[in-house]
Amino acid sequence: MAEKETLEPQPPLKREAKDYKSGNEPIWCPGCGDFGVLASLYDALAVYNFDPKDVVVVSGIGCSSRLPGFLNTYGFHGVHGRALPIGMGVKLANPELNVIVTGGDGDGFAIGGGHIPHACRRNVDLTYIVMDNEIYGLTKGQISPTSPLGLDTGSTPEGSIENPLNPIALCLIYGASFVSRAYSGKRQEMNKLIVRAIDHKGFSFIDAYSPCITFYDTYKIWPQKIVPIPEDHDTSDLMAALKLALDPEKMYVGIFYEKREPSLVEREDSIRKVLKEKIGSPSIQSLFELFQ
Amino acid sequence: MNGLVFRIGGEGGEGVISMGELLTLACARAGYDIYAYKTYPAEIKGGYAMWQVRVKDELLLSQGDKVDVLICFNQESYDRDSRDIADNGVLLYDIDQCPNVKENTPYQKYGIPFSKLAVEKIGSKRSKNVLILGIISGLFDFHLEIMEEMVRQKWHHKGDTVVQKNLDALRFGFEYVKENLTFSLSLKIPKLDKEPTMVLSGNESICLGAILAGLKYYAGYPITPASDIMEWLSEKLPALDGTVIQTEDEISALASVLGASYAGAKSMTATSGPGLSLMCELIGLASMAEIPAVIVDVQRGGPSTGMPTKVEQSDLNLALYGAHGDSPRVVMALSSVEDCFYGIIRAINIAERTQLPVIVLSDQYLAQRKASMRIPDLSHIEFETRLEPDPAEQSSDYKRYALTESGISPMAIPGKHPYGYVATGIEHEETAKPGYSRKLHDDMTNKRFKKLKTVHEDSNKYVKFYGEPQPEVGIIGWGSSEGVIREAVKIANANGMKVAALHPKIISPLPYRSIDEFLALTKKVIVPEMNYTGQFANYLMAWHDIKPIRLNKYQGMPFTPDDILAKIEEVYGKTHIKETHSPFYSVPE
Repeated sequence: MAEKETLEPQPPLKREAKDYKSGNEPIWCPGCGDFGVLASLYDALAVYNFDPKDVVVVSGIGCSSRLPGFLNTYGFHGVHGRALPIGMGVKLANPELNVIVTGGDGDGFAIGGGHIPHACRRNVDLTYIVMDNEIYGLTKGQISPTSPLGLDTGSTPEGSIENPLNPIALCLIYGASFVSRAYSGKRQEMNKLIVRAIDHKGFSFIDAYSPCITFYDTYKIWPQKIVPIPEDHDTSDLMAALKLALDPEKMYVGIFYEKREPSLVEREDSIRKVLKEKIGSPSIQSLFELFQ
Repeated sequence: MNGLVFRIGGEGGEGVISMGELLTLACARAGYDIYAYKTYPAEIKGGYAMWQVRVKDELLLSQGDKVDVLICFNQESYDRDSRDIADNGVLLYDIDQCPNVKENTPYQKYGIPFSKLAVEKIGSKRSKNVLILGIISGLFDFHLEIMEEMVRQKWHHKGDTVVQKNLDALRFGFEYVKENLTFSLSLKIPKLDKEPTMVLSGNESICLGAILAGLKYYAGYPITPASDIMEWLSEKLPALDGTVIQTEDEISALASVLGASYAGAKSMTATSGPGLSLMCELIGLASMAEIPAVIVDVQRGGPSTGMPTKVEQSDLNLALYGAHGDSPRVVMALSSVEDCFYGIIRAINIAERTQLPVIVLSDQYLAQRKASMRIPDLSHIEFETRLEPDPAEQSSDYKRYALTESGISPMAIPGKHPYGYVATGIEHEETAKPGYSRKLHDDMTNKRFKKLKTVHEDSNKYVKFYGEPQPEVGIIGWGSSEGVIREAVKIANANGMKVAALHPKIISPLPYRSIDEFLALTKKVIVPEMNYTGQFANYLMAWHDIKPIRLNKYQGMPFTPDDILAKIEEVYGKTHIKETHSPFYSVPE
């Protein structure tokens, strides 16, 4: 487990969920699953009593990527698909910050899909919450990389002819050190999961099922398939985690896999140490001398 | 002494480049100004590689025209390069590797079995390069101790045996000349009594300047000819508590640079044309969200993969206009190795001051050539940091994008200021809250462009004027051609032609005032640039009353002073200027 001393709730000021709200009201459709994810995030931040100035929520483009605007923390609403590298830059520039990256399945798995493997294998110290609704919402209903085969959408009037990708399996294979899934319809579980994910040292991934009530209403379909990960599942067992992820029938929620290994920030620090031992902290004059 | 041009040609991987580097640094240590460049194949092994260095006892402006001393490792080098030898020059060639060498030549020739001597006398083919350095020392009365010291330093880490072997090779070469030379050379390179200088490449100069300016975060993706910036920084910046990271692509590089800069770190990336193409969307984000960022583009031959190891100045349009929407940015063009150092400091300063993306154009010719540079006087360098909220003013109504007189608004830093806001690419109100009203987009667009005003002042400050105060023919150049143009102007002036050149260092915004003043002196203005489309000439036409006389070179090779001089002579004294090629419509004759 991660070092907890800096993360435990800190008196004297005890913040509550409402203390992380910005004045901006969410622009989501009533009933959107993203409300649940946002509420869970408020709760999780309150559990740690983070000072809003020490939290940065980074997002891409899409309905769910509007999320940073509804928090009073720092936020970075960038371009489509690039939230992970932006988040990495923030964290590396100031490792004291708590960085949370959010976005949707289109932002994360389609246009931004190329960045996930590298965030996983670098073990970047941030929490990545993908609000996965298996559809493009902001552009009004086209297939996303997680849409099921055969789904009838604006761009697939005869049904999608593409197989959906499996975000959990991908992150496991890419070497993510914390892989989990939650469902916005089960708030208590999601709260706990986000708290755990933030606590994790390194890259933590949450595939947050979050239905789109307007373009692909899964409120009735998903609860029939969603089951908690069995209590006896060994979260250090990668193959067991993969087996759960690849289950053709069930949509497991909970922690699939968790391991402690050096994070990117820790590895960068060790490189600094090695270099300093080798060359000290070179003055500009000594750098000039290299060329004389 | 009018300077001496050495050229070494051979096969890539044969040690041409490392020998060239040693010779260059040795000449610099002997007190000479040096100006060196290389061409090398895009392939890893094999293909033609060349190193050229010009040495002189005063400031050098270009690589020169003719070659005084050509050293050929093989026939290919001879076939390519021998035509460039000056009439009073010297050819040194490997007699076993160059079977077809012309009998009667105006220059002197010296066939030496380089490889054979290295194998037979030193016992290692790899000693060939050092042996040749010894030969050069012998031929030109070069201070052998300087060479010896360099050999010791270079092979020190490999142990005494290797050092000794190379010293033997060096001395053997030196003595070989004394014993076997059948003619005498008037060209000599005695040791000079001068202040030491640095010898470095444009890319290395950028690294030094960036570190001095306070760079804390660098992200990049390998691409020729920019990669060695990342490699150099990754050996130094972490020891100065900075971060260097190789990202999965150039998009990620700039994205993470924007993240790091947003979090308060002075941040930079470097790339070449293909990478800059990928970065364009994020350049727009930096403009919109007002995040300082420095993007170095080391231009190479394009489009597409083009000629990765050759020079071109064809990314200007992309730098000026790349990104959708009205996206203000600053574009600078580095003009010499020394200017790389001061220019990158200026770029970081301007980015921090204006919270804008600053695109810094270099090119393969500038990035990879080596030149002398005076050791900078640090007391004259200014460093700027971004405007942050006043810590004394604990205000509850902090506005990240406050409309101010200068357009520049205080930038709160996460973790530092209690003013959480969302940096956003969506059009926004002063508070950063998304908004789309007509008035808002109007106000905010004006605000973002207004920030360029302070840069316009810099632009008029960092523009160079060379030559006759009352010219009949003018030249407006940009980027790495500065030295060549300056040298051509000098020669033209010496030959009685009234010529002057203007060389802006900041390309956008242009130094409008300086250019107008220059155009008031003469309307006959040559615009030399290493591209087909005349991107700078077109750009000048958009902003000034000018009919540029285009001089375009797009062979993957830099201009020589002769190229420029020929155009000056063509234009000079003529009242009617021949229509030069108009890009897009016709192919130049």
